[in-house]
Amino acid sequence: NVDKNKLVEYFRAQIREDPDVASAVAAIRSLLEFLKRDQSETILGLRENMTKAIQRLEETDSSVAVSSGGELFLRFISLTSLEHPDLSQCKNVMIERGELFLKKISLSRGKVGKLCHTFIKDGAKILTHSSSRVVLKVLENAAADNKRFTVYVTESQPDSAGKLMAQKLHNLNIPVTVVLDAAVGYIMEKVDLVIVGAEGVVESGGVINKIGTYQMAVCSKAHNKPFYVVAESFKFVRLYPLNQQDVPDRFKYKADILKTVKDLNQEHPMIDYTPPSLITLLFTDLGVLTPSAVSDELIKLYL
Amino acid sequence: MMLISAAMTLVVGHELQSAEPKEEKQRLRKEKKQHKKNKKDDRGPPEKEKEKEKASVPAPSKPATQSPAHKAAPVPVNASASESPVAAEKPAKSKAELRAERRARQDSERASKQGKKEGGQQSTSSKPKATPNELQPVVKRLPDHVQVDDPVALKKLAKKLERQQKSGQGCSLNITGVKVPLRSDYGYKVSLFSHLHQYSRKNPPTQQISIPVTVIHPSIVRLGLQYSQGIIAGSNARSVALLHAFKQVIQDYSTPPNEELSRDLVNKLSPYISFLSQCRPLSASMGNAIKYIKKEISNIPSQCKEEEAKRILQECIDSYINEKIILASEAISKYAIEKISDGDVILVYGCSSLVNHILCEAFEKQRKFRVIVVDSRPRLEGREALRRLVKKGIRCTYVLISALSYILPEVSKVFLGAHALLANGYVMSRVGTSQIALVAKAYNVPVLVCCETYKFCERVQTDSFVSNELDDPDDLIVTRNGKTHLENWQTVKSLGLLNLVYDVTPPDFVDLVITDLGMIPCTSVPVVLRVKNVDQ
Repeated sequence: NVDKNKLVEYFRAQIREDPDVASAVAAIRSLLEFLKRDQSETILGLRENMTKAIQRLEETDSSVAVSSGGELFLRFISLTSLEHPDLSQCKNVMIERGELFLKKISLSRGKVGKLCHTFIKDGAKILTHSSSRVVLKVLENAAADNKRFTVYVTESQPDSAGKLMAQKLHNLNIPVTVVLDAAVGYIMEKVDLVIVGAEGVVESGGVINKIGTYQMAVCSKAHNKPFYVVAESFKFVRLYPLNQQDVPDRFKYKADILKTVKDLNQEHPMIDYTPPSLITLLFTDLGVLTPSAVSDELIKLYL
Repeated sequence: MMLISAAMTLVVGHELQSAEPKEEKQRLRKEKKQHKKNKKDDRGPPEKEKEKEKASVPAPSKPATQSPAHKAAPVPVNASASESPVAAEKPAKSKAELRAERRARQDSERASKQGKKEGGQQSTSSKPKATPNELQPVVKRLPDHVQVDDPVALKKLAKKLERQQKSGQGCSLNITGVKVPLRSDYGYKVSLFSHLHQYSRKNPPTQQISIPVTVIHPSIVRLGLQYSQGIIAGSNARSVALLHAFKQVIQDYSTPPNEELSRDLVNKLSPYISFLSQCRPLSASMGNAIKYIKKEISNIPSQCKEEEAKRILQECIDSYINEKIILASEAISKYAIEKISDGDVILVYGCSSLVNHILCEAFEKQRKFRVIVVDSRPRLEGREALRRLVKKGIRCTYVLISALSYILPEVSKVFLGAHALLANGYVMSRVGTSQIALVAKAYNVPVLVCCETYKFCERVQTDSFVSNELDDPDDLIVTRNGKTHLENWQTVKSLGLLNLVYDVTPPDFVDLVITDLGMIPCTSVPVVLRVKNVDQ
C-alpha cells in the first residue's frame, strides 16, 4: 500500500508539472513507472498488482479516460507472447511495449488536431462546450493555418471551466465570446458548427462528456448544424449506456465526492451521455469515424 | 421437323435477345426436353443409366470446348448449363448430336439470312450475342421457395425432388418408388405473398409417402411431421431437434461399397433436407447448422475408418450444440443481467427461449423487476412464456399486442428475441416484433435484442415481403359465443386470410444487440460476420 500512495503521488506530480497533459496519459505514465518498480514474482501477480493500481488511480481521478486508458494499457502490454521462461525477460518485454504505447498516445492529440482543422472553413463560427485540450489543439492548428473564425464557449457551470478556455483562446488571438449554458438554444442559429471534446467514447458510438453536452447536441440536431466530437483513441471504453441513468455512478461524480457523500441523489452529476444518433462525425487518431464505425474499431482494439 | 423449328427459334431468339431472353430460353429448353424424350423412347432405361455415368464426366467439358465462331449455339447451352445445375446429369450424347445438327442448320440459315439483311444489323445482333455469353455465368437464381408463382420453377423443383429419390437408390432400376413429396399449396393466397408457399396442417407431407419409407430416415420423417404440425417451434428448438435427428442418421448410416463416407453421406443428406424444407421452410439457424455439418463431413479424411468417422461426427454435433446454443445463452445472460437494474419494468413479446432464460437467471441473482408479457393471435405463444416466468416466481402482467401503447409508458426496457440477424443489421423475428420496436422508439424506451451468433446470416432484406413464411390460414378461424364467422372463407372469392410468421425490424429501432461476443450496436453485425469468417 505504500506503493499505491507513491503511485498516486507520482500521478499528481505529473499533472502538476504538465497541466497540458491528458489525465489518461499521466495515469499511464504512472502505471509504467509502477510496472518498473514492481517486485512480484509471477506474471499473474504482476497483473493483479496492475489491476489494483488502476483501481487506485480511478479512485483519485474518476474520469472515464483514466479507466479506459488504464484498461487499454493493460491489454496492450499483456497481449503479446509472454512465453519467456524468465520473469524479468517478460517484464522487459512488457515495459518495452508500455513505452511504445505511451509514445503512441502522446502523439495522438497532435494527429487529431491535424485531421480536424481542415473541417473549419474561413469565416466559420464555432460553438464549443467547457474546456477541452483537444479542441484547443484543433483551434490552434486552424489558426496557424491562417483561417479566420470566431468561437463561442459556454460558461459550463458548476466549475466555470469555460472561462478558462476563453482565456486560453484569447492568448492565441482568436476572437472568443463566453455565453451562458442556458443560451445554447439562442446562439445555435448563429453558429456554423459545433465541436466538443469527450471524456469517453462508448461502444455505441455515443460520447460521455461534461454535463450540458447532450443539450447542445439536441439543439444542434434541431437546427441541422453538424456536431463534431474530437477524442483520442485511448478514450474508447467498453461501456454501453442505454440512457442517462445507465451511466455508472463512479463516472458521474468527482472522486472525492464519491468517497465522502452518503446520498448521491443530492449531488449533481458532472457528466452526461450523448447518444450516437445526434453525432455527425468523430475525429480520432484512428481517422475520421462515423458513430457506427466506433464499434468496429472497438472490436478491433479489444477482441 | 422438330430440329428445324428449334434452330429457327434459336436464330429468331437471338435477334430478340435483348427484348425477351427469359421466355426464349424457356421455350428452347422445352424443345430440348421434348427432343430428349423422343430419344428416350427409342432406347431403354438401362442404357440411359450408363449414359448418365458417362455424361457426368464429358458434360462439364462440353461448354468449354465450344468454338467461339459458333456463338449462337453456346449461348442457350451455357444458359441451361449455368442456370440448371441438373443439366450435367442429362445424357450428353443426345446433347452433342443435337448441337451438331443445330450448328449445321444455323450455318445454313445464317448464310441465307445474311443475303437478305444488311451487314450492320448482323454485327449489332452479334454484339448482344457476345455480351450475354460473358454475363451468363454471373446471373443469379432466386431460391426455389420464393418462386411459387412461377410454374417453370415449380416443375424444376418437382423434378429435382424426383431425382433426389433416384440418386438415393443408387443403381437400382426401381423408378416407381417413394418420392420426396412435393406439397401442394392450400387456399387462396393474398397477391402480395403469392410467391410464397402456403400449406395446410390438415395435409401433412407424409400423406404421399408409403410405409415403410425407404429413402427418408424415420427420425427425419418424424422431425418433419413435428415441424409441420407445429409441435416443435422456436428457432433454437428446431435447430437442436435437427441436430439430434442427424446424429441418429449418422449412427444408422453404413457406407455402401466403393463409396467414400465424406462424399456419400453429404449426398444422402440432400433428400432429407429437401423433405424438411417441404414440411416447413428452413430457418436461418438450421441453415447454418446444416452448412457446418456438411463441412465437417467433407473434412473427414478418406483413410478414416467408418466407426471412427461416425464418432468424430457425433462429437462435432455435440460440441456445436454445446458451444453455440447452451454456452452462448449463458454468456448472453451474463451480459444481459448487467443491463437489468432494480425496479425495472421489462416488456417481452411472445416466447423466446433465450429471453426467458435471461429473466430467470436475473431473478435468481436477486434483481428486483417485474415483467409485462405481450401476446398476439393466432399463436398465443406468450402464454407459454407467462407460464414459465410465473413458475419461477417473477411478477408478470399479460396483455395483448393491441394494448401496447397503453402499457408502454410504464415500461423501462424491452427485451426481444430474434429468429435471425441479417447482414444489413435488420432483425428478423416473430411477426409483431417490429411493431413493438416502433412503438417503443416513439416512447423513447430502449429496445434490446438478444441473439446468438449462430443465427447471424449473410442475407440482406429490407422488407418483410420478399422472403417470409405463410402459416396455415385456417388458424385465424376462431369460435366465439358458438359462432364461427370465418368458417366458410374459401367460398367467398374475394376473401383471403393472411397468417404471416416473420417480420423484419430496421436497425434504427434497436438500441442494443446482446450476443455471446458481447454487446454490439445493430449496425455492427457485418463486423461480427467478418470476424467469424476469419476464424473459420
